[in-house]
Amino acid sequence: MAEYHLDPFVLGGRTLTSRLFVGTGKYASDHLIPDVLAQSGSEVITVALRRVDFAASTDNVMRHIPKTVQLLPNTSGARTAEEAVRIARLARAAGCGNWIKIEVIADNKYLLPDGYETVKATEILAREDFVVLPYISPDLMVAKALVDAGAAAVMPLGAPIGSNRGLQTKELLRILIAEIALPVIVDAGIGRPSEACEAMEMGAAACLVNTAIASANDPVAMAKAFGDAVAAGRQAYRAGVGPISQLAQASSPLTGFLHS
Amino acid sequence: MSFYDQLHAYREFDVAAYCADVTPNQVARALQKDQLSPLDFLALLAPAAEPFLEAMAQKAHQLTKQHFGRTILLYTPLYLSNYCSNRCVYCSFAAHNRLQRKQLRLDEVEREAALIAASGLKHILLLTGDAPEIASLDYLADAIAIIKKYFTCIGVELYALDEAGYRRLIAAGVDQMTLYQETYDEARYDQLHLWGPKKDFRFRLDAPEAACRAGMRNVNIGALLGLAEWQRDAFFTALHGLYLQERYPSAEISFSLPRIRPHKGAFAPACLVTDKQMVQLMTALRLWMPRAGITISTRETAQFRNHIVPLGVTKMSAGVSTSVGGHGEPGDGEGQFEIADPRDVSTMAAAITGLGYQPVFKDWQVFEP
Amino acid sequence: MGITVNGQPAELTGTQTLSAYLTKKMDDLSGIIVEYNGQIIKQDQWATITLQEKDNLEVLRFVGGG
Repeated sequence: MAEYHLDPFVLGGRTLTSRLFVGTGKYASDHLIPDVLAQSGSEVITVALRRVDFAASTDNVMRHIPKTVQLLPNTSGARTAEEAVRIARLARAAGCGNWIKIEVIADNKYLLPDGYETVKATEILAREDFVVLPYISPDLMVAKALVDAGAAAVMPLGAPIGSNRGLQTKELLRILIAEIALPVIVDAGIGRPSEACEAMEMGAAACLVNTAIASANDPVAMAKAFGDAVAAGRQAYRAGVGPISQLAQASSPLTGFLHS
Repeated sequence: MSFYDQLHAYREFDVAAYCADVTPNQVARALQKDQLSPLDFLALLAPAAEPFLEAMAQKAHQLTKQHFGRTILLYTPLYLSNYCSNRCVYCSFAAHNRLQRKQLRLDEVEREAALIAASGLKHILLLTGDAPEIASLDYLADAIAIIKKYFTCIGVELYALDEAGYRRLIAAGVDQMTLYQETYDEARYDQLHLWGPKKDFRFRLDAPEAACRAGMRNVNIGALLGLAEWQRDAFFTALHGLYLQERYPSAEISFSLPRIRPHKGAFAPACLVTDKQMVQLMTALRLWMPRAGITISTRETAQFRNHIVPLGVTKMSAGVSTSVGGHGEPGDGEGQFEIADPRDVSTMAAAITGLGYQPVFKDWQVFEP
Repeated sequence: MGITVNGQPAELTGTQTLSAYLTKKMDDLSGIIVEYNGQIIKQDQWATITLQEKDNLEVLRFVGGG
């Protein structure tokens, strides 16, 4: 961890040592969460907000999350900007800080986010001093609008939520990383540590992984694998990936005229 | 915010010293990237990049084919006026030079336009000296109204204007503006521009951005290579282009690479950019902004222009006269610079076809309901 | 007395504070968020609110999510 001091990830006023964010959904048992956090090194964890079901005696996920970890509530379930704003305000009222992952999804078939509503919600919540992390399709114009709206980062998807299909949107992610001055956190779709590593090599600021860890045979071991992969990818990015080939060519078909 | 702030941020940066220290490894690394950083771009201009010229050319060729296809857009300049109130030490139109001054009357504009249009060209670049009292916006609007009958894309290369000035030109029918900063070296600029409105470095520097704000479709910038240290001017031209492209994504930003040629007057350039360096710069610019247009004028020889067709250039002039009224009365009046490629439009088009490229005359027409 | 809780009708007997009502319904009140007639009510204010006919309660908590 010595090099972290040279490579801090500052987000929402907090300095993070790990660039892996993890989710809390889909675990066989929430009792795994403390070990997932410990093994992955992650310091940011997402949670969702739901109506209490008085009939069922559900476990309280908050009991398993250490107080030192940054909570990142999402607005899942919101179909409009208004609903996302309402959920964000409720989450903040719970006293768990002012970070919010905006997730506005009106498409139940592909679960793709609604960029327009996301921008509207971001504008409102940024004005209310939330640290707004919007989940988006990797669309440059939406990302630019989010910069103007006051987002703290953008969270483009690598593939549809929960699909474990990897960086299907790689070309678009590259564009966001190149053009957007905010941290780009790849969210959704990452299925393997190698894919998280590749996203980091490309210059992503962080990765958010939930399903790939929760659905592994051994979630705790997979959490460590993701933590290591994200750190390795970041180091590779900072080190500068070397040339793949030297482009050596004996003849000079295009520039030979300069030598004659 | 202005590009001047970026330029200013580099005031302590020694471009020549940086270039001298670039290693082959840095060049190889830059060549590997899809997106160059400013220092990657500079590495490609360094002496260390010369052995990589073929690799740069191959990559520039691929990118140009990818974004533009095998095409070269043809245009020609039309000099409307050579009145000038500046004294720029390198220019033969400078106010103190004894030269027959002329501004085309509107009937002459029509005659010249008709003569040029007969060649099939649809892109035209209108030029004047820096004499806003004579070659005024009113005069230009009248001239453009005539030009519009013959050409579908009208560019201007005039004195620097403010946003309102560019709006006026756009309303008159202008699609494209070209304005060379000449040199981005502010101290050198001051030495070269002895007097006249052009002496205002900052106003000129901000003019392309004013054109972007006004909604100009195509904004073409460049430095007159040879006025100052060429790598430095190339570096800031590239940064200026990116600055504009990032802030005005709906504008097409393009570059011209004019290299100082012999002309009347005894100006000694600060450096002479070699053919190799021209190729280095053109291919590096292609890698820097793969979608940017690159214009090469008839300052370059026919032979050189033939060779560089696959290397990144997208636009070339043909059938050129750099004197006022030169199409109707060849030999009447002195040109701004000597042309090195005297080919007419049909010869030029045939040469481009012979190289496996398509000469394009028209790629644009405004829809006017 | 009828109120609405999480979108469902509920019958209350006698006068109850919000705090008393929730304590009776749930074992673990940590991290519970209450929206009372559209207003977010902090936990330390729950005892000050007496439930009325036609009140609308939303009772929420954090759950696992990505």
